[in-house]
Amino acid sequence: MEQIIRHTGIGVPMRQSNVDTDQIIPAVYLKRITRTGFEDALFAAWRRNDDFILNKEPFNRGSVLVAGSDFGTGSSREHAVWALKDFGFKVVLSTRFADIFRGNAGKQGLVAGQLQPEDIELLWKELENNPGAEVSVDLDTRQVTCGAITADFEIDDYTRWRLMEGLDDIGLTLQSEEDITAYEASRPAFKPATLPAKP
Amino acid sequence: MTGLVFELSHRHYLTEEIMGDRQTSLTLAEKVWNSHVVKQGEGDGAGRKPDLVYIDLHLVHEVTSPQAFEGLRLAGRPLRRPDLTIATEDHNTPTLDIDKPIADPTSRKQIETLRANCKEFGVRLHPLGDAEQGIVHVVGPQLGLTQPGMTVVCGDSHTSTHGAFGALAMGIGTSEVEHVMATQTLSLKPFKTMAVNVEGSLKTGVTSKDIILAVIAKIGTGGGQGYVLEYRGSAIEELSMDARMTICNMSIEAGARAGMIAPDQTTFDYVQGRPHAPTGADWDAAVEYWKTLRTDDDASFDAEVSIDADELEPFVTWGTNPGQGVSLSESVPDPEDFGDENTKLSAQRALEYMDLKAGTPMKEVRVDTVFLGSCTNSRMEDLRAAAEIIRGRTKDPDVRMIVVPGSARVRLEAEAEGLDKVFEEFGAEWRFAGCSMCLGMNPDQLEPGERCASTSNRNFEGRQGKGGRTHLVSPLVAAATAVRGTLSSPSDLDEEPAAAAAA
Repeated sequence: MEQIIRHTGIGVPMRQSNVDTDQIIPAVYLKRITRTGFEDALFAAWRRNDDFILNKEPFNRGSVLVAGSDFGTGSSREHAVWALKDFGFKVVLSTRFADIFRGNAGKQGLVAGQLQPEDIELLWKELENNPGAEVSVDLDTRQVTCGAITADFEIDDYTRWRLMEGLDDIGLTLQSEEDITAYEASRPAFKPATLPAKP
Repeated sequence: MTGLVFELSHRHYLTEEIMGDRQTSLTLAEKVWNSHVVKQGEGDGAGRKPDLVYIDLHLVHEVTSPQAFEGLRLAGRPLRRPDLTIATEDHNTPTLDIDKPIADPTSRKQIETLRANCKEFGVRLHPLGDAEQGIVHVVGPQLGLTQPGMTVVCGDSHTSTHGAFGALAMGIGTSEVEHVMATQTLSLKPFKTMAVNVEGSLKTGVTSKDIILAVIAKIGTGGGQGYVLEYRGSAIEELSMDARMTICNMSIEAGARAGMIAPDQTTFDYVQGRPHAPTGADWDAAVEYWKTLRTDDDASFDAEVSIDADELEPFVTWGTNPGQGVSLSESVPDPEDFGDENTKLSAQRALEYMDLKAGTPMKEVRVDTVFLGSCTNSRMEDLRAAAEIIRGRTKDPDVRMIVVPGSARVRLEAEAEGLDKVFEEFGAEWRFAGCSMCLGMNPDQLEPGERCASTSNRNFEGRQGKGGRTHLVSPLVAAATAVRGTLSSPSDLDEEPAAAAAA
């Protein structure tokens, strides 16, 4: 995974709560078997509307999405994170993220920073009044800055550490393989197995 | 063996600081978690690293697995435990003409990729046409692979379904799917616990779907965030396993990490005799252990909510997230009545998308389509309940109804009971098993502007097809709606036809 410590880019104000993953990427785009190339699928239904923010300059070059509460609810599709990344987003800021989305983001190097509602409101106003304004997100200090605004954001320590180090999860876990093998030896005999298949 | 299990179930993963005086009194979720901790996370307090948690069962389907298999292949890693992994085809599959090649080339490619991957990595697969194919969350319990006290994961948010057995069951993303394939574990942060107390008894015509829709309306789509919900109380204990699965299934719609119900005799009776249920001495040891999987009397939850089952009525959603619901006897709410500005905006936007006017009685809303199916409501009990309503009645001629059993096995059982004939005589379409119209991924989709009463789980914009409008309902409301053409409960129907059918 790519290391990320700080990022600065154009902020996109999205005044909407409950942006579910079906909106971020509709199911028809989930049939692909690759991990990249989902940029056309991001917010596909909303992008048919010319007034949608990502269809407009300079927001189509945005990399920091500032959204309302409960971002990423619904389906577990990691494609939502891939689509955001493929479009160019490095950071999503919200007052609250759905658990699975936040987990997926952390695995893929997309920063999901949680801000207080009043700070989101300030950022929305700043970005609406100054289209193209840049937002800086610093994982080291856990601060967001934009114009005169400086706000603290929350991200859990473990995810922050992994993002800053760019660590591969599976490699980390396999360092504990002896523990896994030991645990497996202790599993009760009544636990089911899928193989061999029983009629 | 049971001594070992007892010891495992009392291993503690939480630090003193977090646990406080709960060291000896645990909730159901904590007991299951503790018995699966391979390695505790290092550190304390907020800086504590996640626990490494063992996964007993990994369910796989075609949509969230191809990139995970590819990841294994690129890293040259084997799939660690094929014997704890099972795959089926459900999201992309058509529900008509299943003996013909899948028409959509991208869907076909994804299915073919799953078949090739399962072959390469030695994973048991139930493909389209197989007697055990179906929606992954219907297949697992049906085979007896879902059992109390297990950890179950799948690259699908509705994995919470399996919590109905007292299992800790979670939806995961594709990176985690690959992680489980490679290690049979997940790195997971501890969770908070929430008790959802449902006391009383449901009235006739009210179902477990109405309980969960009422819970979501009460706590909101983010209300369960970070929590494992435990549904408790007399109304829950009275429910069948099929009904319990409906409740746990939609825990994710409240934002929860999982939903659980303590196993009891109803659970044991459901599991016993299924193909992968323990037998002989293993069965006795399993039941002895399963009986310990109850929240201790003096254990405390981080949060509690209560729902009065006696007061519940059939529930229906009016908006574009599952928290936007009301009792069927109520009217479309007025966004102006919502205090919070963002909630108001969200309601306005939802009414616009749904083409509804504030103040319209829900029962006057006319639908075009009724969908009976999905991992929420496609099991035998759901089909029987709906069939009972429509038996001897006539479908509204302007409504199309499609009935999609959750699995090929459910379809066979329903046909053995003659339910297919009941649906077909009524004028409904009797389909093959799959996710079908729950999500716009296979040929079963709504047209733009089409309105649907659906027993599925999500009423998001475009979920059932671009521009489609979804009202989430129970199977009973779905059936009554198909008769009248407007959103209806069974109590709105004349009694005569059912009496005639009985005679």
